Amino acid sequence: MALLQISEPGLSTAPHQHRLAVGIDLGTTNSLVATVRNGVSVVLNDEKGHGLLPSVVRYFADGTTSVGYGAQVQAALDPHNTITSVKRFMGRGIKDIPDLSILPYQFIDAPGMVQLKTVAGVKSPVEVSAEILKVLKLRAEASLGGELVGAVITVPAYFDDAQRQATKDAAKVAGLNVLRLLNEPTAAAIAYGLDNASEGIYAVFDLGGGTFDISILKLTKGVFEVLATNGDSALGGDDFDRRVYCWMLEQAGLHTLSDHDKTLLMARARDAKEMLSEHPQTQITAVLSSGEVIDLSLTEQAFNEMTDSLVKKTLTPTRKALRDAGLQASDVKGVVMVGGSTRVPRIQAAVGEFFGQSPLTNLDPDKVVALGAAIQANVLAGNKADDDWLLLDVVPLSLGLETMGGLTEKIIPRNATIPTARAQEFTTFKDGQTAMSIHVVQGERELVADCRSLARFELRGIPPMVAGAARIRVTFQVDADGLLSVSARETGTGIEAHIAVKPSYGLTDDEVAGMLRDSYAHAQDDMTARNLAEARVDGQRLVEAAEAALAENGALLMTAEELQAIEKRVTDLKLALQGADLVAVKRATEILNKGTVEFAARRMDQSVKKALTGHKLDELEF
Amino acid sequence: MTLDFSRNHFELFAMPMTFAIDAERLDQAYRGMQAEIHPDKFAHAGEAEQRLSMQWSTRVNEAYQTLRKPFDRARYLLQLQGVDAMDAKNTSMPADFLLQQMEWREALMDAVENRDMTALQGLEKELQLQAKGLQSQLGHLLDEQKNFVEAGNVLRKVRFMDKLLQEVDAAYEEIE
Repeated sequence: MALLQISEPGLSTAPHQHRLAVGIDLGTTNSLVATVRNGVSVVLNDEKGHGLLPSVVRYFADGTTSVGYGAQVQAALDPHNTITSVKRFMGRGIKDIPDLSILPYQFIDAPGMVQLKTVAGVKSPVEVSAEILKVLKLRAEASLGGELVGAVITVPAYFDDAQRQATKDAAKVAGLNVLRLLNEPTAAAIAYGLDNASEGIYAVFDLGGGTFDISILKLTKGVFEVLATNGDSALGGDDFDRRVYCWMLEQAGLHTLSDHDKTLLMARARDAKEMLSEHPQTQITAVLSSGEVIDLSLTEQAFNEMTDSLVKKTLTPTRKALRDAGLQASDVKGVVMVGGSTRVPRIQAAVGEFFGQSPLTNLDPDKVVALGAAIQANVLAGNKADDDWLLLDVVPLSLGLETMGGLTEKIIPRNATIPTARAQEFTTFKDGQTAMSIHVVQGERELVADCRSLARFELRGIPPMVAGAARIRVTFQVDADGLLSVSARETGTGIEAHIAVKPSYGLTDDEVAGMLRDSYAHAQDDMTARNLAEARVDGQRLVEAAEAALAENGALLMTAEELQAIEKRVTDLKLALQGADLVAVKRATEILNKGTVEFAARRMDQSVKKALTGHKLDELEF
Repeated sequence: MTLDFSRNHFELFAMPMTFAIDAERLDQAYRGMQAEIHPDKFAHAGEAEQRLSMQWSTRVNEAYQTLRKPFDRARYLLQLQGVDAMDAKNTSMPADFLLQQMEWREALMDAVENRDMTALQGLEKELQLQAKGLQSQLGHLLDEQKNFVEAGNVLRKVRFMDKLLQEVDAAYEEIE
């Protein structure tokens, strides 16, 4: 029998091994990877010292890809096969993409999510995103010198279920274990929250290249709650550039321009905007392909005037979010600025004026989300941070069902704290009805047609009864990643029909496996070796988890016999991990998993008791 | 062993079963509980613990959300007493109350039509005051008089007020 470590609950004696975990900001324009190193969150750079990885993927005919700066500078050469801002297509159908006609891609209308036709074949946005994640994963592993335990990946707060599921699938295709999907504003607050140890109401103002998000968070004793979110998915720094660009055309009396000149002037517009963040005035010069010379002078004041309506446009969602949270601007203790566009002084001034205080800008607004995600990843991986904090997140958009007449019945309301579950009973409307079709939707609107359709499925085998006699209980469960699963059951007669669905945009496990195979067919990577490596990481994780749990309160909660049984399974798994037999590793992992169910249940009860006892102690102090 | 779901929401947080509630203590109990059982605490644990933690955390969230909001708390207290206040068969309301509702609704429509922010704010204040009055009435009926049937009647009035206040919220967005 293996030696058993006995210790006081809470004092883990497990060897303190630092598990490698990263935070990833999978952005529309740029992506980043960060990690906690020696207690400090840092962005990991590539070999050239770049922290940002442009979210651009170029496909070549031989199936290879180029990702990042290389792909970005050559985007104009090969626009059809160079995918930029793929995040806009994640979990989106062809109807959801507003500016379809001006995009250079060949879209294919596939059920649930659009696909892109490239020289290397048809690619799903999930696969394109996976290419970006793979580069970041390699960068992290090279920089940290080992296999990653997992990653926290950030998503915009307004991302619906389809978009979150697609993001998680992309991570799977990239071979990343997702510890948690985290809302971007929450990540930003974590980056600031821990640095400043702040409590109170915080607003996160995130103005990126193409999107605007405002979130109201409540920070209390280590708990982060998202009280409300709002935003504008078609407002960002690019709009400021466009205003300057239009002003340039007007000033120079230009009308029709070649694609090359358009790109050139847009770049100059952006440069001018960035210059004005630090100078009161800037000179814009450009030589067009016709040889015509543009030479204009732009003052900060003129810039502020032409972009005033854009600045004001950020304040409407901000007011709405505050109202949703039941708060006034004066209740907000601090405003976190995220996204490169928040460097614009007029934005900072307007935000400062609205909230009656200067916004927080001491962290790099381009990096703050990744830095926060890394801090969360470090905690979730089990590398205990000094601050024992907890994050509570919410459902961004209401989840419901279609009822008679195309109306939405909300089951889980917007802003419900996750994880959450809710059940509702429905009945049949025809005599002898034996099947019921269930349509799951997400959104705030009353008409189903205005909401996003997530899944349709049918509950069959309802015993024939008169209309209204059957009782169909539909249960929605949203997990800690904000992902939904739905099940339905006929309970009226005790006869059960049960189905659990994964929303229709989601990929089946087989499809993900297929994408994994495809993506490695071109690299010189052996799929079997990869599977073994992943099974080993899983197995190792379970061994560590089991040993830590046993050391913490095994002797307290289990009989000697029960302990012995679990220890034997741990030993068996350790043995299997030394070998190279994939099936043996998976089997031993499964057996240990099954063997710890009872122990886990007792541990959980212990945790609940501990929470209650802690509370009763408080009561005594009154 | 299965999850012990037999404790009611009040028992779960060791709170007295009353409508009047110490909100701060409820918050503390809730946070203390989540700090022990939230899935984030088990992200690196085995499958069984991850699943149990999600179930417990869901349960704790449901209990907290129910107790936190006065309407849901009152409805839940009545449920524990075997009174289904929101039963679809139980729809009759006093005539004077309904008349007052209609007047408020008209005032709301007028405010939207005239884009009159001041009138809307005034209406909102009045409605909030009324809602507050109903709430203290509810507390009295539930905690002191233990008149659960009458409490159910007041709760239905509260529902009307809540709906109206939601419409005021929507009106703000419309005016903006």
